[in-house]
Amino acid sequence: MDLSAINPVLLIASLMVAATPILIAAIGELVVEKSGVLNLGVEGMMIVGAIAGFATAVETGSPLLGFFAAAFAGAALSVLFGFLTQVAQANQVASGLALTLFGLGLSALMGQSYVGVKPPQMSDIHIPVLSDLPVIGPILFGHDIILYFGLALTAAVWALLKFSRAGLVLRAVGENHDAAHALGYKVVRIRLMAILFGGACAGIGGAYISLIRVPQWTEGMTAGVGWIALALVVFASWKPWRALLGAYLFGGVTVVQLNLQAAGVAIPVEYLAMSPYVITIVVLVILSADKSSAPAALGRNFHASR
Amino acid sequence: MKLNTLLTSAAVALGLATGALAAEDKTKVGFVYVGPVGDGGWTYEHDQGRKAVVAEFGDKVETVYVENVAEGPDAERVMTQMALEGADLIFTTSFGYMDPTINVAKKFPNVKFEHATGYKRADNVSTYSARFYEGRAVQGHIAGQMTESNIIGYIGSYPIPEVIRGINSAYLHAKEVNPDVEFKIVWAFTWFDPAKEADAAKVLIEQGADVILQHTDSTAPQAAAQAAGDVITFGQASDMAEYGPKPRVSSIIDDWAPYYIARTQAVMDGTWSTSDTWNGIGAGMVKIGEISDAVPAEIKASALALKASLADGSYHAFTGPIKKQDGSDWLAAGETADDGTLAGMNFYVEGLDGDIPQ
Repeated sequence: MDLSAINPVLLIASLMVAATPILIAAIGELVVEKSGVLNLGVEGMMIVGAIAGFATAVETGSPLLGFFAAAFAGAALSVLFGFLTQVAQANQVASGLALTLFGLGLSALMGQSYVGVKPPQMSDIHIPVLSDLPVIGPILFGHDIILYFGLALTAAVWALLKFSRAGLVLRAVGENHDAAHALGYKVVRIRLMAILFGGACAGIGGAYISLIRVPQWTEGMTAGVGWIALALVVFASWKPWRALLGAYLFGGVTVVQLNLQAAGVAIPVEYLAMSPYVITIVVLVILSADKSSAPAALGRNFHASR
Repeated sequence: MKLNTLLTSAAVALGLATGALAAEDKTKVGFVYVGPVGDGGWTYEHDQGRKAVVAEFGDKVETVYVENVAEGPDAERVMTQMALEGADLIFTTSFGYMDPTINVAKKFPNVKFEHATGYKRADNVSTYSARFYEGRAVQGHIAGQMTESNIIGYIGSYPIPEVIRGINSAYLHAKEVNPDVEFKIVWAFTWFDPAKEADAAKVLIEQGADVILQHTDSTAPQAAAQAAGDVITFGQASDMAEYGPKPRVSSIIDDWAPYYIARTQAVMDGTWSTSDTWNGIGAGMVKIGEISDAVPAEIKASALALKASLADGSYHAFTGPIKKQDGSDWLAAGETADDGTLAGMNFYVEGLDGDIPQ
């Protein structure tokens, strides 16, 4: 065993990178579910975002444009879901699953000419003085802009849901769409906007994997991250800060366990391999012992005539 | 992930059902894949083999495949579906399909099954594999001389004999040329998860490795090594030439096409019988990808000499004296390993650190 081989600064920096795609996708899905819609298509929207962002970044040479394209592609795919569930009144679970299947297939098709291509690199920000500080510099001030965007997004969504009128309306729609409708709120329109937001976030999360975390395009490369983001929303009891905690725990333990393995720590590898799932679930379940529960109208379709 | 895989395969199986009516006299060949055909590695090469079968036999053959089939009960369902749709020959291309293949084969005695990298056979189940460890020997030989930190990172998938053989072979041949070499082994517990594979590569690089060997299926570790800078890698299962000349300095390429064509031919002729095929560099099932210019000429020459001696059988990758990790004797001087021990290899050789997950 040689724990000195683990560099804690690099470790923390890389766990933040590992957590970011899960975080951004989870925050998007959190908003969707707060509006009373269950979109199981996160994985599909992520993978389409991953290839759309990758392709755009390669063609234009700008990773930032890639992220915009990814957000757009994720949102575009979610329009399909929005149409099916909000306009055509289709079952949300089935539509969401269909969206994932569709996204996986579509991304494989779109990505055929991008296998093995190297994307332009997203440069890390560099703030004079701050980024050069020992320890704190690389951890807090040496990342790419999207990582900070994920943190800012968490704060913004939290503030919006908690303090703003728009957040209140969104939650009202998610808790009781009939009452919200009776008060004159446009339930379908609000939900559609939430779905679009969730799609855009999932797209950005996917592009983060293909442009920064790996960085390459491979078919099916999200490999279940979307499902983890979905589960995280539930275990985080629909609270943004807990989603952040969960994402960092999950990403963190994943990276830590690989580090421990490489350093030859004498813990059986099976336990290390399952630890991200177990630890994340245990911590979040303990936290959710309070009375927070799912939005009451989650997964229920709304039609004005009923 | 599970659910998603399940639904994908269900949807594909449904697609198979509709297309199966027209072709009665064609020989139907099914392929079960553990990853997507676009993984750029293991599954990609199996699919190249499938395409070669189509190219060889044209209209006389019909092939079907299902991607992303989880190892376990789900695989059984996919195979059953294929057999019910009238497949004559089914290739199951991952170690974890071993028991499902045997189970399904019992129910369909007239369908021939071919399981890759396993060791359980039946009247209608053959096994086939390639001696990847011969390629690993060449990798270890190059890696041991190229490393400057003397730390080689190894990304393992699952602790199965095939992977352990690769680690042992690479280590023995790295040690031979560089006595100070140390292996850091990380088990990813997945065949295909690009983000996790990239994380594993990054972790190993952060802990000082400047050579990354992988036994997982995607090209993600190559990309991670490329981003990290002065690190070399080897293509796994497929050439991965798009990452050359550096980080990818060479590769192990699995060439399944001749085998798939021969076995399909045997089914057509009615001469198919249970067999256990295990071919290496000599028979062309394992190929060594072009060694790039990032490798100095004399290392390249000695690597090619090693490859040639493995190919003509004058040298065996496991030639004694070799001790097991616990210090007990395995092979005496000059003795070579028998296939039975290799097929079930569940121990590290002397000098490797850590335990194999059980």
